[in-house]
Amino acid sequence: MGNVGATEVPVLLSPEGLRIDGRRLDELRPIRIEAGALHQADGSAFVEWGANKVMAAVYGPREVHPRHLQQNNKAVIQCKYNMAAFSVDERKRPGLDRRSQEISKVIAEAFESVVFAEEFPRTSIDIYIEVLQANAGTRCAGLVAASVALADAGIPMVDLLPAVAVGKIAGKIALDLKKEEDNFGEADLPMALVPQSGRLVLLQMEGHMTPDELAASLDLGVRGCREIYEKMKAALRERYAATVPSGGTP
Amino acid sequence: MLVLPGEEIPSQGLKPGPGTYRVGGKVYASVLGLLSPRPPTVRVIPLSGRYIPKAGDVVLGTVTDVQGTFWLLDIGAPRWAPLHMTGTPWDVEVGETEKYLRVGDAVVVQVESLDATGRIGVTMQGEGLGKLEGGTIVRVAPARVGRVVGRNGSMIQTIVRHTGAKVTVGQNGRIWIDGNPEAIERVAAALRMIDEEGIRSGLTERVESYLTRSGPSSDRGPAVAPRESADRDAPPAPNDSDGERSESREEWE
Repeated sequence: MGNVGATEVPVLLSPEGLRIDGRRLDELRPIRIEAGALHQADGSAFVEWGANKVMAAVYGPREVHPRHLQQNNKAVIQCKYNMAAFSVDERKRPGLDRRSQEISKVIAEAFESVVFAEEFPRTSIDIYIEVLQANAGTRCAGLVAASVALADAGIPMVDLLPAVAVGKIAGKIALDLKKEEDNFGEADLPMALVPQSGRLVLLQMEGHMTPDELAASLDLGVRGCREIYEKMKAALRERYAATVPSGGTP
Repeated sequence: MLVLPGEEIPSQGLKPGPGTYRVGGKVYASVLGLLSPRPPTVRVIPLSGRYIPKAGDVVLGTVTDVQGTFWLLDIGAPRWAPLHMTGTPWDVEVGETEKYLRVGDAVVVQVESLDATGRIGVTMQGEGLGKLEGGTIVRVAPARVGRVVGRNGSMIQTIVRHTGAKVTVGQNGRIWIDGNPEAIERVAAALRMIDEEGIRSGLTERVESYLTRSGPSSDRGPAVAPRESADRDAPPAPNDSDGERSESREEWE
């Protein structure tokens, strides 16, 4: 993407109310989702979201590794979020860091609240998220990819899990921040929604907002999630269209 | 009708069956699959996912671990299946399990028992069961096995007739093919077609047309019945688009 000077604060909002990439405040970046992008995994998905590119693979339910994490009454959900060394402008030092551990944990916990894990005692459902290109909002893109991959893997769950971040730029609430907006904006609020129940299963925040702004952000985020939800469903339908009998009753 | 997790199902008073859940009087799908109302319940038949074992299924597995009195088999299920040495056709001494099967060996076994913890009991005693030597194993989605076999075994018989290969279909979607390399490749290609095109209608014709096109010249024209194809045992139970798995053993020669 265009290289904005790292030290100079860019104009995040034009007088016409348009953002750095021409979007309105309540507009998402373009999203493309491909279900079943990998052959080897039980389920997989590839998500391009703005300049983000994220691959997710799901294995399981399968034997738990390491063994001591095994639960007698349900499946454990393990998530590994990782950013490729080449995913950002300046080389990211490969491997585990505090940020990726945190993101792995919150994503695993989000899925724990929707997956019917009791159906597979003593097993593990392993979610791998690889960020190939990052441009803010990768935990949400990773969550969306992982959720489509879980459905593709035939894992029973309450619902798909759309996710999006809302932020504050130039004093205004804006949907789905891109990198410059995230870097120079005032707040960032990623969330994941269970559309079936309207519950949020992931909500984090960085920066400052007034209570009114927070309420407005949650509304905007939920609307964004519902928009993404439709794209997730469309991707899965496209993937499985060829396997459904053409016409007629099942 | 294709449904996705979280989608509300028109239940019309039917009880929520497998692949569904109920909240506040409404029924929702919990897995991606085909909606199948079967009074008094409504269920969703999964189109993807791992093999879920069922007693009586014949499956292909690979040895993943060898212990003193048993082997652990990967049959593509959520858990590994222990094969005890007393469940084999051999007279195995304690501690000598490795003389019979080693890690990586391929076997055909039958699922005998399942318990609530997901433990899978398998046996190697029975006709058509045992260790596999030679050949190749390919995988299709377990949900597609019904299609590989076809109604009354029609699909698999078509494949065998056109290629002359020896094929054993495991209910877990693992399929063993033996024969000359060219025959193996044609069978594998036909299976890939079935795996990708799933349960669309007219698949048998398309697979047959592929096999006719790809076959050696001797294979073209009116189909020549390969040896022993006529006096095959009774074909397995029918498989149709509702994904019901057949009960009987699938083995063709």
